[in-house]
Amino acid sequence: MSNSLDDLYREIILDHYRSPRGKQPLEHFDISSDGHNPSCGDEISMEVEMDKERATLKNIHVDCKGCAISTASGSILAELIKGKTLDEARQIAELVKKILKGEEVEVPDSLGDLDALKGVRQFPVRIKCALLAWVTLIEGLKNYENGKDEKAVVSTEDDDEKKK
Amino acid sequence: MRPGTAKSKATVSTPLSRFDIQKIKADFPILNEKVNGNRLVYLDNAATSQKPRVVINAILEYYRKTNANIHRGLHKLAEDATRAYEATRTHTAAFIGGVESEEIVFTRGTTESINLVAYTWGEENIHEGDEIVITEMEHHANFVPWYVLAKKKKAVIRRIPITVCGHLDLNDIDNIINPRTKLVAVTHMSNVLGTINPVKELAAKAHARKALILADGAQAAPHMPVNVKDLDVDFYVFSSHKMLGPTGVGVLYGRRELLESMPPFNFGGEMIGEVSFDRVTWADIPHKFEGGTPNIADVVAYHAALSYLDEIGMDNIRRHEMELTEYAIEKLSRIEGIEIQGPQDIPNRGGAISFTDKDLHPHDISTFLDSRGIAIRAGHHCAQPLMRVIGKIATARASLYIYNDEADVDTLYNALVEMRRYFGL
Repeated sequence: MSNSLDDLYREIILDHYRSPRGKQPLEHFDISSDGHNPSCGDEISMEVEMDKERATLKNIHVDCKGCAISTASGSILAELIKGKTLDEARQIAELVKKILKGEEVEVPDSLGDLDALKGVRQFPVRIKCALLAWVTLIEGLKNYENGKDEKAVVSTEDDDEKKK
Repeated sequence: MRPGTAKSKATVSTPLSRFDIQKIKADFPILNEKVNGNRLVYLDNAATSQKPRVVINAILEYYRKTNANIHRGLHKLAEDATRAYEATRTHTAAFIGGVESEEIVFTRGTTESINLVAYTWGEENIHEGDEIVITEMEHHANFVPWYVLAKKKKAVIRRIPITVCGHLDLNDIDNIINPRTKLVAVTHMSNVLGTINPVKELAAKAHARKALILADGAQAAPHMPVNVKDLDVDFYVFSSHKMLGPTGVGVLYGRRELLESMPPFNFGGEMIGEVSFDRVTWADIPHKFEGGTPNIADVVAYHAALSYLDEIGMDNIRRHEMELTEYAIEKLSRIEGIEIQGPQDIPNRGGAISFTDKDLHPHDISTFLDSRGIAIRAGHHCAQPLMRVIGKIATARASLYIYNDEADVDTLYNALVEMRRYFGL
């Protein structure tokens, strides 16, 4: 069964884990969002600098204190959403949620690294780890678009179903 | 302190070989199961223990031959079931040092036992400004009920801190337990650090201030001889399922006069004396606290677990685990990057061994070990405040029991070494 272990920790995941992208802190940023996963203690904080003329995500900093899966997922996020519009970034995040929920979705070649997250589905307790970065991003984008100037804070324990 | 130094050396007289581990292993059918293609190495005993064949059979036998509702029926099966249920109570009373059977209340588990005390004794005796003392190493089950009660009553929670070695720091204890203290709620053995706490000493401190003491024995009762009279505690709580018995059975020991003074917990059948439309009286203890049909089959099977433990002997179990804990700590400490959390002086700790890897998150450790058939626990172990105190977001925890041996520890050691290679460390 170490096949399924290798399926979880695919080379792409291990590569992102060992050298996470988006490590460089930003001097200026427009979006700031913190996420944590109380059940395992993973913590992530991210900042995004917007290119306001083009309305794209110009730079992103992701700082993750967590397991290999959450760190790799945050790193993949940093790599994939850079230069995307708000809509595109949100669509990618929603696509990741679908992948992790086990829906059969086509992953476009341009988002190839996301395919590596499919291995997580065999490990139900690790799905939250992979989701953390993406729900943190979604909350951050929401605040920005609603013109809220404050930092978004998100916990994997308040998912949509449980939200009061 | 490094393990293996003279000061931390445990005094062990019986070598492991004289504890017939192969015979014990053979009593646990689940240990023959393969997990992910490997022999199961079960090291998650602080979460729940496995069950020997005699316990599994006792459940089957009960349903095959004895099943009936207890205490009320006037037929043979009801009498047999009542006798079997009450026999477990008598045995439990003997098991923790020979208290009276009436001082043993069956609940669903340790959590419910603590809640029972909080909802009944706590509700009547904790008032504004009173203080409840806990420790920084409590499981949520022995913190949250007191936190909620304190909020409601405007009482104050005081906490006994821990030292860097993972022991209780008693330097300021005479200030923490003071004339305002009404209750000291302390774990007998930490589920995260393995620390065995000086419950007897704390009981003396509490009683000197006319406060009560409740000890959470969920981790201690399965692994060492416990005598609640010697400890001089007012309440002692533990669970069947961590000591070879079925899930869904908990124990609350309470001193007779306390239990008698407390109001009932669940109202309904079984717990009443006499009921008319105008007046209801309560049954005597312990039945006053056991409203409704209890978990009869599992209480009956718990008797088989207690007998099994008696047969091996709690002294022998403690000795075996001390020796194996020392072996495990010494061995795991050799692995580059692995750090043991909690005390390393064997006589003052049990076999719940928390560790961290400086490069890997406990979840990755646990997932990797699982792929090798090794079951451990990773996370905050229902002790989030403690995690903050020791500055970790989570730990990995291997916890030992009577059916574990050096070969299990070696398998863990080898897998951890392999794990670090796997992740390129």
